[in-house]
Amino acid sequence: MIAVRTAEAIAADFPILSKPTSRGKRLVYLDSAATSQKPQAVIDTLVTYYSEYNANIHRGVYEIAERATEAFETARSTVAHFINADHREVIWTRNATEAINLVGYTWGLQNVRSGDVILTSQLEHHSNLVPWQLLAEKTGAALRFIPADDRGILQLDDLEKLLEGVKLLAISHVSNTLGTITQLDRIVPAARAAGATILVDGAQGVPHLAVDVKALDVDFYAFSGHKMLGPTGIGVLYGKRALLEAMPPFLAGGDMIRKVEYEHTTFNELPWKFEAGTSNIADAIGLATAVDYLSELGMDWVRLHERDLLGYALERLAPLERRGLALYGPKDPALASGVLSFNFADVHAHDLASILDTEGICIRAGHHCTMPLMEKMGWPATARASFYIYNSKADIDALAEGIEKAARVFKL
Amino acid sequence: MDDFYRDFILDHYRNPRNYGHLDRPAVSAEDLNPLCGDTIRMEFEVDDGVVREVRFSGKGCAISQASASMLTETIKGMKLEDVAKLSKDVVLENVGIGISPTRMKCATLGLRVAKSAAIGEIAGWPDEE
Repeated sequence: MIAVRTAEAIAADFPILSKPTSRGKRLVYLDSAATSQKPQAVIDTLVTYYSEYNANIHRGVYEIAERATEAFETARSTVAHFINADHREVIWTRNATEAINLVGYTWGLQNVRSGDVILTSQLEHHSNLVPWQLLAEKTGAALRFIPADDRGILQLDDLEKLLEGVKLLAISHVSNTLGTITQLDRIVPAARAAGATILVDGAQGVPHLAVDVKALDVDFYAFSGHKMLGPTGIGVLYGKRALLEAMPPFLAGGDMIRKVEYEHTTFNELPWKFEAGTSNIADAIGLATAVDYLSELGMDWVRLHERDLLGYALERLAPLERRGLALYGPKDPALASGVLSFNFADVHAHDLASILDTEGICIRAGHHCTMPLMEKMGWPATARASFYIYNSKADIDALAEGIEKAARVFKL
Repeated sequence: MDDFYRDFILDHYRNPRNYGHLDRPAVSAEDLNPLCGDTIRMEFEVDDGVVREVRFSGKGCAISQASASMLTETIKGMKLEDVAKLSKDVVLENVGIGISPTRMKCATLGLRVAKSAAIGEIAGWPDEE
């Protein structure tokens, strides 16, 4: 493990974090599960691309086009290496949602039949639920859910039974609402034994955990660049080569073709078969810079840092439980990523977020795109603080003080 | 935004006026704010074109619930056709303070529902008119 930098030193790499709010407060950013902040290096990469070698890729024969193509494909290799994939298995998408939909509309429509079962869990983000509802509707397949307990931990006692007849297992690596880390080492081998194809929604996985798609032995793994220090509008679908080869293209157009005649087209090879039209060149290159930044810190350090922060947050906020603070999720840093959902007395999550905002503290409030989970748990809404590499214990102190301010404002 | 939560707002949030249901409402409507899931239902008893009784129900943040509670007091005794014409100003007058753009839909949800009840179809968002 290389990283020895403090969170404060890391925060200095993120220009937005040193800009005071309109009320003159220090920005305390606790919403990285929604989107992360960007280090100067990523911002510089975008500026350099647009100011020095902006050109379309793959066909230009002039110098800046060659440079753009080289940077774009090197970025793919960088990201592939980061998750231990082959570069031909890394498809650029807009985000994890698009990556999941790509699988639904290609592999899904090709392979899922009436009577098949799609197994997912009660913790899923809408992005890993709604595409499967649509696929089930189109094909006549049935949806089934791995249940979660009150702490948001998946109950796996009946897993083998749940996996009977399952064509596709689609499951998140980390819950965006509760931070629960899915026990893929238990679930994936069982799904394999049952003959299921396995897709993991890694939107909250890759940014926070070391991910090795080969070791995980998953078929598809989807994630978004903007939650891992990269720009918005760039995401990744990893797919096992044999599966990607057998799948029909998703969108059709330029770049995804080998030869086009008026009546017939031969498609390009991997990965370009799935990348119709001009790709998001700048943001792909920017994502590679983000990956370099994370690699330098080391993902093991990132995980340990978030574990420490979650442990500290649980400890720091515990005294507020007597005053009506309800903390949700596993409440165990060994089982969860740096995400903490909560409610405070009769203060609605949106009011709490508004009051924290006056102190420069950014948290999320609402259903976090997990409406079925909120319904199941009986929470109309929760407040959610989420941590990343630039957060320090001082940020959690600010959160605790902000909640105390809410208690004063609400006369509690 | 923290100066929004004054005593009378908290009082309306914790002790909402005209909360509950009418036995036989002449008109009613309900809606939710899709951004946050807050819900409001409004029921009116109408006599000779005038709103004689109002009840509201729902759940959500202090801004949406207190605004709806205050609105029921404004509406009682008004002509139904005048309720249909209300603008967001009535909400801002009731709360007596500016609302940030991100919370404006919370504040005007009750009004939108009341206007929907008055006109018999889903009204537009008062803050977008």
